[in-house]
Amino acid sequence: MAARKPTVEAKKAGTLVHLPRQAPEQPELRDPRLSDVDEWGRSESTRQMARTLYGPIYRNWFRVEWEGLENIPKDGGALLVANHAAAIPSDAPVIMHGIEEELGRPVYGLADYLFKTMPVVGTMWARAGGVPAHPENAYRLLREQQQLVLVFPEGSKGPAKTFAERYQLRRFGRGGFVEIAMRAGVPVIPIAVVGAEESMPIMFKVPSAAKALGIPYFPVTANMLLLGPLLGLVGYFPSKFKLRVLPPVHFDVEPDQDRYSRSKVMDEAEDIRVALQETLYDMLKARKSIWFG
Amino acid sequence: MGKRVLITGLGTFWGGRVAQALERDPSVEVIIGLDTIEPRVELERTEFVRADQNYSILARIVRATQVDTILHTFLVVDSTRMTGRSMHEINVIGTMNLLAAAGAPDSSVRQLVVKSSTLVYGSSDKDPTWFREETPRASAPRTRVERSLLEVEDYLRDFAEDNPHVVVSLLRFSNVLGTDIVTALSKALQLPVTPTIFGFDPAMQFVEEDDVVRSIEFVMSNQVAGIYNVAGDGRLPWSEVAAICGKRTWPLPPYGTGLAASALDLARVLELPPELLDLLRYGRGADNRRLKRAGFDYRYTSAGAVENFAEAMRLRKTVGDSPSYKYERDVEAFFRHSPAVVRD
Repeated sequence: MAARKPTVEAKKAGTLVHLPRQAPEQPELRDPRLSDVDEWGRSESTRQMARTLYGPIYRNWFRVEWEGLENIPKDGGALLVANHAAAIPSDAPVIMHGIEEELGRPVYGLADYLFKTMPVVGTMWARAGGVPAHPENAYRLLREQQQLVLVFPEGSKGPAKTFAERYQLRRFGRGGFVEIAMRAGVPVIPIAVVGAEESMPIMFKVPSAAKALGIPYFPVTANMLLLGPLLGLVGYFPSKFKLRVLPPVHFDVEPDQDRYSRSKVMDEAEDIRVALQETLYDMLKARKSIWFG
Repeated sequence: MGKRVLITGLGTFWGGRVAQALERDPSVEVIIGLDTIEPRVELERTEFVRADQNYSILARIVRATQVDTILHTFLVVDSTRMTGRSMHEINVIGTMNLLAAAGAPDSSVRQLVVKSSTLVYGSSDKDPTWFREETPRASAPRTRVERSLLEVEDYLRDFAEDNPHVVVSLLRFSNVLGTDIVTALSKALQLPVTPTIFGFDPAMQFVEEDDVVRSIEFVMSNQVAGIYNVAGDGRLPWSEVAAICGKRTWPLPPYGTGLAASALDLARVLELPPELLDLLRYGRGADNRRLKRAGFDYRYTSAGAVENFAEAMRLRKTVGDSPSYKYERDVEAFFRHSPAVVRD
């Protein structure tokens, strides 16, 4: 111990405040890992397998078409935000699959904690790139690891829409996604998705069942009515998917601030919501058929 | 003049290990160890004082010995070791008495190191992947051990504020694995099959026992004040932990897990306290970068700690436990104090 040189010169007694210091160079530690599960619970091999299995659905069932993919940077962090739809949302896998195949870089999908509480589903979801939507997680992914992160600002209010309310964007939370992007110093890239709403439309909801099960909504979908309650849970209708990536939105603020102006955050969030809503209307005007685009 | 150090919980695993480490340090002049039980490791020059559980004698000892440093290693973080009541006595009341003694108007104490646990962050579905030292916990504390540690940390914060002349370090250790330490988790990994919760494969983080002792020495000798997580790099799934240890896993039901765990306890197979069941469901990650920035070098990553533990387990299977040590008061007193012993 005597051999060790004191590395903290200043003795700031009595405070529980740490003293930042540059870490000295250290040789690489032995790290005998057996699997490729990363700190987020994501496994690149599971992800690869999921992409292999999902590829045919992506290409032949939903026949996904992208527009404006060049707006997503090849490197550096960015927060992707999209409209959210379908009783069991079909948009997240489509967006993650598409970007990972086209750009060859991982996408981490932020989602409700609810996933984490579900046995098997929660584990598979984490292995496939899902991350609990905690501001600390988003900051670390975006700022420190410069990753692409996907978030649906509508939260569960998006997929809870009934068929009659399709493509009507809900409130974008309290604009937390904008604040995270500001703090992380990354742009927000809005993505408009057309097709997800019709892949599993909700006919009506059963609030008492949702309450009993402790889930945000209990849907009765057209898929369930046609295919039965079980097959209806996984059998999506083959609606034609079209996605349009809008230009990145940069915020003119310093990153790593403790607090950002609430009104600026709300204004920026609302601007992004309006831009997405208008893009959706544009795309719907041009759409001739739900099934063929 | 060298340091005069008082260690609480000398008879516990950590107290003994830290005392052994300090005995090798020539800058430490006096080492006094306090506990209700006798030391279980061989010590050269540490003076053992028997105390009651909540340290009411401590103020007298501090006054009499004029120690300048207190290492409070005696916080119970493994709730399988004792009843909730005695845990409360030791953790909360014991720490209160310790802080009262250290903060007395004429006190000689200038440094205080407290060994806490990342249990203070809890383990829940709402957790961030990494807890930084200032990240608030996401769930209300449910278990007794978590509540008692949180209370201790509150007292310590007040103490640090009231005593600006004392260097206070609070270390939060993640789950420890190592060659010698026995915890509920290490027992689980020594069973022929390791329990897991069906459908869950949480990301675990570990710190190796040598890194624990080294970090305590580090903050003591470098006077590093503040709150620090002490945890190995990286997190790995519980299934991978079992695989490194060469164990198969046996799933407990995801619903009614507590019931299944109490059945295991009743059958005397294994005791899995509620905080450990939470951990096996959701895992926990503590950001270790602050202590690194302060200059501490870890020797083991999380996976490295597991591997080291697995190797020790395999060795023990072949050669058995190392012989245990028995403290003999008269013998120890003779070697320390008899004029017949030649000292240089």
